[in-house]
Formats: sequence, structure tokens, C-alpha cells
Amino acid sequence: MSLPAPLIEMRGITKTFGAVKANEAVDLSVAPGEILGLLGENGAGKTTLMNVLFGAYAPDAGEILIQGQKVRITSSADALAAGIGMVHQHFHLAPRLTVLENLLIGIRGKGGRIDRAGGLARLAEISRQYGLALDPDLPVSALSVGEQQRLEIIKALFRGARLLILDEPTAVLAPSEVEGLFSALRSMAAQGLGIIFISHKLNEVRALTHRCTVLRHGRVAGRVDDPANTTSAAMAELMCGHEIVPPARGPSTPGEAVLTLDGISTSKHSGTTLRDVSLAVRAGEILGIAGVSGNGQQALAEVISGVRAPDAGQMTIAGQKVSRFSPREVQALGLGRIPEDRMTTGLVTNLPLADSMVLPRVGTAAFSSRGLLKPDAIRAFAEEQIKAYDIRCPGPMVRAGALSGGNLQKALLARELAFDPKVLIVSQPTRGLDIGAARFIHEKFLAMRAKGCGIIVIGEDLEELLVLCDRIAVMYEGRIAGTLSSADATVARLGLLMTGAEGHG
Amino acid sequence: MSAVFEQIFQVGFLAAIIRIATPLAFATLGEMFSERAGVLNLGIEGIMLLSAMTGFTATSLSGSLWLGVLAAVLTGMLMGALHALFTVALGLSQHVCGIGVTLFSSGLAYFLYRLIFGQQSVPPSIKGFQTLPIPVLSDIPVLGPAIFNQFTLVYMAILAIPLAAFVLYRTPWGLSVRMVGENPRAADSAGVSVIATRFQVVILGGALMGLAGAFLSMAQFNAFTFGVVSGRGWVAIALVVFGRWDPWRSAGAALLFAFVDALQLRMQASGLGHIPYEAFLMLPFIFTIVAMAFMSRNAVAPSALLKPFRREER
Ligand SMILES: Nc1ncnc2c1ncn2[C@@H]1O[C@H](COP(=O)(O)OP(=O)(O)OP(=O)(O)O)[C@@H](O)[C@H]1O
Ligand SMILES: [Mg+2]
Repeated sequence: MSLPAPLIEMRGITKTFGAVKANEAVDLSVAPGEILGLLGENGAGKTTLMNVLFGAYAPDAGEILIQGQKVRITSSADALAAGIGMVHQHFHLAPRLTVLENLLIGIRGKGGRIDRAGGLARLAEISRQYGLALDPDLPVSALSVGEQQRLEIIKALFRGARLLILDEPTAVLAPSEVEGLFSALRSMAAQGLGIIFISHKLNEVRALTHRCTVLRHGRVAGRVDDPANTTSAAMAELMCGHEIVPPARGPSTPGEAVLTLDGISTSKHSGTTLRDVSLAVRAGEILGIAGVSGNGQQALAEVISGVRAPDAGQMTIAGQKVSRFSPREVQALGLGRIPEDRMTTGLVTNLPLADSMVLPRVGTAAFSSRGLLKPDAIRAFAEEQIKAYDIRCPGPMVRAGALSGGNLQKALLARELAFDPKVLIVSQPTRGLDIGAARFIHEKFLAMRAKGCGIIVIGEDLEELLVLCDRIAVMYEGRIAGTLSSADATVARLGLLMTGAEGHG
Repeated sequence: MSAVFEQIFQVGFLAAIIRIATPLAFATLGEMFSERAGVLNLGIEGIMLLSAMTGFTATSLSGSLWLGVLAAVLTGMLMGALHALFTVALGLSQHVCGIGVTLFSSGLAYFLYRLIFGQQSVPPSIKGFQTLPIPVLSDIPVLGPAIFNQFTLVYMAILAIPLAAFVLYRTPWGLSVRMVGENPRAADSAGVSVIATRFQVVILGGALMGLAGAFLSMAQFNAFTFGVVSGRGWVAIALVVFGRWDPWRSAGAALLFAFVDALQLRMQASGLGHIPYEAFLMLPFIFTIVAMAFMSRNAVAPSALLKPFRREER
């Protein structure tokens, strides 16, 4: 496209956190009507750069220009006033307030009161203009993740954003929701807004963006002028600095069943209930659990990992019946688990990384004796894993919360795999991870499979499941709607099962 | 027992409830505001005491009651600002700083009182607020004299409740307060200054606590004694939880506590003399504990309560 004057220009941005250079002399520009892809490995500094643009972080050096004018952005209020809106990786919403209240926050009222009528009118206008609708009086906690994201976008537009930053918006969306987001973004761009889109899914980047800037280790590694006609492999190489080869999944020779569920049902409580779920995972096999989220995957993961006891049915791990359903019991029987939400249930973000990495096994002889911790052993273990898994961080004593998403996930994986589980259950294992890290994790799974571990992968990304799994079971409304072997499974057939259209297989 | 029931429905008893509830209502509203923005203020007990002292002193020296009220309010605001300085600006532990503020304010109150009034055999007193009947309204049977023949500060407390609800739920500033208490990062990214909002709220809360103190030494006891607050600040903290961080419910909680307190006062006075009076004194506190145990189980505190906000942290 012919380039009009840039809407936003960042020049020579540098930002350090202690010893970490998160951004170094980064240049970036976006034209009106342009969708710019921002790519880079985990920890490359994408989020940091956008936080600088949005005024949340103060840069150490560099300048920001809006329509050629140098501006000083020292707070989000400045950024909003300058027409910059941001949808964060972790949403910035207050769950107990309503949609409208979340929109009106920070907006001047009318005669000292909240301007409800004005807010409603503006919301209706945005809905009409971009096809984004929401019930204004629902509390945010009642919205689905996709709707919360829509609210974040509306929030930015509500404040008159001319540049919209979206930090990994598709990581939290079901595949079916992604298309809706893309058409809204395209219509915004067509009406002259600039958009910065961050994603690790290169096919999405190729489908949506007009141009890309690629970061590596905080610096600009290159730019892509025609993403639609550039291969994913070429982009990946630009990001990682080397070629990424997809892992090869050899034929499997499954052994005995290491995990069986027989007629498992749960009732009431939160979320979808399980209804008569039976399945088995054999040693040396990877079983995928596909399905639109909210169809019982979470309940299934909770039962298997001993967090929730079922009301009916039996479960065995390595041939032993699980009787009490506690995380400790299933762990002792040989289950490893990587939860979906690595921030809240995965690692303790306020503890040093090393402590978090031994948490589930802290009572074992390796890390404590006579009720006292062995700090040296814990530290040594963490250092070893950091090296083995290439976890990028200042050291084992850093707060776990300071790691980037991909590195957190690697740390969790290292923690579980170090203890040679017989069964491993993982949810969304590569959500938010760059291609390199995702490959790495896939390779680890395949290596575990070769060693005779049974693995359950719960996920929404069908492409990933198809690459990884020997069999794929589809969940629909708390039941197993069908199971396909890797030879029979296609995106189309899985999709049908996921909507409940096809009967049991 | 029937004597007790008869007394409940006396005008005097209703009026007593309202009077006992007034300082609690001010204090509870003050604490509620502060906590709604995510700042627990355990300095409340000391702030009330120091305000009671400064209010009393200002009146006693100047002869003006309203100058005393002003002094108490300013004292509350100042101590609120001190608490905010530690917990909001510096992000220190709210528990520790709150207790520190209480200890400091109490010590200061005793010290200054001694310094100004010395050790007197008869504690000095002032001519405190007099009841101000509101024309027409105070003629309503039973309720009139109970509610509309009170101190001006009582009327202010009654008006403060709907005003607090209006500010919290209907004004942009109130929305910022709630947002800051729920998700400060969201407020920050919407261009609301978390630090400024929290400062403002804690100072406002301090002003209300100051009014509570002023009421005690200038309307209820008309003197300053070291026991003038005697745990009312701590009670207010419990009442906020009991009232689920809502102005109306918090005020209701204060009223309920005042009812039990008034009841135990009457019971002390009304011939149940063979029971030691300390047993009656315990009654409102037992009530608070029991009520809290039942009511606060599904009460959800503001999500960001106790959490300092630092922008570049994740
Ligand atoms: N608030 C912070 N405090 C300390 N270090 C930080 C902070 N934010 C980011 N970092 C560090 O800066 C680097 C860049 O992080 P950033 O979150 O910008 O990466 P990213 O490209 O967004 O990665 P991801 O794809 O995983 O989201 C990382 O090494 C990270 O650990
Ligand atoms: Mg990021």
C-alpha cells in the first residue's frame, strides 16, 4: 500500500529492567488504516515496547511522535488523550463492576454525576460502527473471555483511540471467535484506525496484517513488508535467528493403560459437569482432548489432577485405584500436571522461581529433611532445570512473576518432567508461546512418549492436537462425543464432533 | 423482662440508639470509603482519639464548637494523609502502618492533652452541642423526638449516608474509587491516577473519622478522657465487613450495633442487678462477633484491598 504519513512513530526506544534489556533502540511506525504485526519470541520485548507506547512504562531513552509531532507520554492518561488504546495480554477490567461502569471509568461526568445516558449512546454508536455489541448492565464477571476482550476493544474506541494495540488477543479466543475479531479489526482499519497486532500464530499474522516488525532480544531483527506472501518458516527464522523444523511424530507402540477413567460424573459445583466419562491413556501414547472450551474440559482436568472428587465413577493411575482424590495422592501415584492458568494455579508469582519449581515435591527427601528445607538443593535443582530448558531469566531467585509467559511455561514443564511422571496432563500447553518454544515443548512431549509416559493434552488448537496426538477425543456438553485416531482425524471431522453434530464414535 | 421491652419502645431509648450510632456511622463510612479504594485503615482508633482531643481542645480554648469540629476534621485528614503517605505512596504494609498510626495518634493525644491541661483533679469539660429540634418534623409522634430532636452532628451523620451512597455509586469519582479498589491496573490504564485517588479517599475517610471523634468529646461526653473512644474504631472496622462495604448496609450495621449497645445499657440500669455489669458490656461485642461470623461468610472484600500499587510490577 502507498504509505501516508505515519500515525505513530517510535524512535530509538530503550527500556531496561535491572539487568534485563527488554528493548534496545527500537524503531516502529504505524500508518492510519494499517495493521502492523509485532512479532518476536517470548521475552523479546513486545509487551514492554507497547507498555512504553501506552505510557505504562517510562522508557530509558527514545522518543514517540504522533502525526509527526513529538509527544511526551508519561501515563496511560497521556496515551489515551493522544488517541492510543491498548488491550492487554491480561485484561484490565474490574469483574464486579458492570460493562458500562468499566467503560465510564476515568471519563468526566455530567453535572458531577456519571453520564449514563451519554455512555449508552456512545456504546450504541460504537456497536453500530464496528459491529461490537455488549449488554451494558451485565457485570464483567458474567462475560465470556471473548466478550471481555470485546469490552476492552470497545473501551479503547470509547475513548476515541486512533491507534489500537492488541497484545496476543487471539491467545484467549476459541478458533471460532478469532474470525469475528478479525473482521472487526479489518473494519476499524478500513475506517482509518491504526492497529498493532501481537501474536505468535504466524498464519493469523499472515492473514491479517499489512506489515510486520520483528523483535529479537529486544532489538528490531527485521521487517516484513508483505506478510501475506511470506512463508511462516521465513518469519519464524527472522524471529528466532535460526530455522525451525517441525518435530516428527514416529509411530507409537502403546503399552498398558496408565490412566483410566470409568463412568466419571460430577455434579453441580462450578462450570460444566462431567457425564459418564470413560477413557484410557496407554503408556507411550498422547491423547488429545478437543472441544470448545466450557464443555467440561476443566472439570475433567480437575478430576484427573485430584483437585475435585467425582460423584460417580472410578479412576486408576498406573493400575492403582484413586480413592481420596487429593492432588497429593495422584501425584504420589505418578501424575504430573501443567495447569491451564500458569499465573494463578501454576506458579506462585511472588515466590522465587526456585521455590515455585519444587513446590509440589517440597516435602520429599530431595528438598527437605526433618521438616527443614534444603535451600542449596532447591537452588541447584532450579539452576539445572533453567539450563536444561533454556529458561531465560536473571537467575533462580528471581520472582516467578517477572518471567515472560513462555519462560513461565517452560519452568512449569521442567518442574513436572523432572520427576518422570507416568501420566502427564496438560492444558493448552503452548498458549502464548512463540513457535520455537512451542516446538521445544512438543519435542519434550514426544520424548516423554518415547519413554513410555502417557500424556493427555487438553486444547482448543486443532492444528496442534493433530501434530501431537495419537488419538483425539472430543468433549461436548460434559460427555466424550467421540474419539478419532490420528489417521482418521481431520479438522473438519473434529469440528463436527465439537458442535455435537456427529454422534459418538 | 417485660420492663425491658417496655423501655425499648420509649422515645428515650430510640433517641439513645441514634446517638450511639452516630459516631459509629461516621467512623464506619470513613473506613468503608478507604477500604473501597483498597486501603485498610487500622489507624482509625487512634485517629478518632486524637480528633476527639483536638476538637475538645480547640473548643475549650476558643469557645466555639464549630471551630472544634473543624479542628477534629482537619486532624482526621492529616492523619489520613499520613497513613496514605506510608501505605499508598510508599506501598508499605497497611496492617503495620495502620497500627503505627493508632499508636502514634493515641500517644500524641495523651501527650498534648497533658501538656495543655496539665494534671487536674477535676477533668475540664466544655459546654457541648445542645439538641436542635427541627420544627414540624420533631412533632411527629415517637420518631419525631427520637430522630429530629438531636445534635446537629446527628443530622449530619444521617445525611452522610445517602450522600456517601450517591458519591460512591453515581459520580465519576466514586466509580474511580471502586475501580481502584477492584483492579488498580484497570483504573491506571483508563487514565485514573491510582495514587491520587487512594490519597483522596483515605483523607476523606480520615475526615469522617475526625467527625466521629468530635462527636464523642463534644456532644456525647463533653470532655476528653483516655477512654473516650474505647474500641469504637475497631468496631467500625468489623461493621464495614458486616455491611459488605456498602454505605447503606454499613450504616445499618452501625444502627444494629447501637441497638444492642443501648439495650445492654438499659439492662444494666433496669434491675437485672445481680448479673455483673461487665457481662452486659460484652453483649454488643459478642453480637458483633456472632453477626460477623454469619453475615460475612459470603461478603467479598474489594479485590485489591491491602495490595499496594506499583505501576511497573507484574
Ligand atoms: N515488569 C517487569 N519487571 C522485570 N522484568 C520484566 C518486566 N516486564 C518484562 N520484563 C522482562 O523483559 C523482557 C521482555 O518481556 P516482555 O514481556 O516484553 O516480552 P514479550 O515479547 O511480550 O514476551 P511474550 O511473548 O512471552 O509475552 C523479559 O526478559 C522479561 O522477563
Ligand atoms: Mg507479551
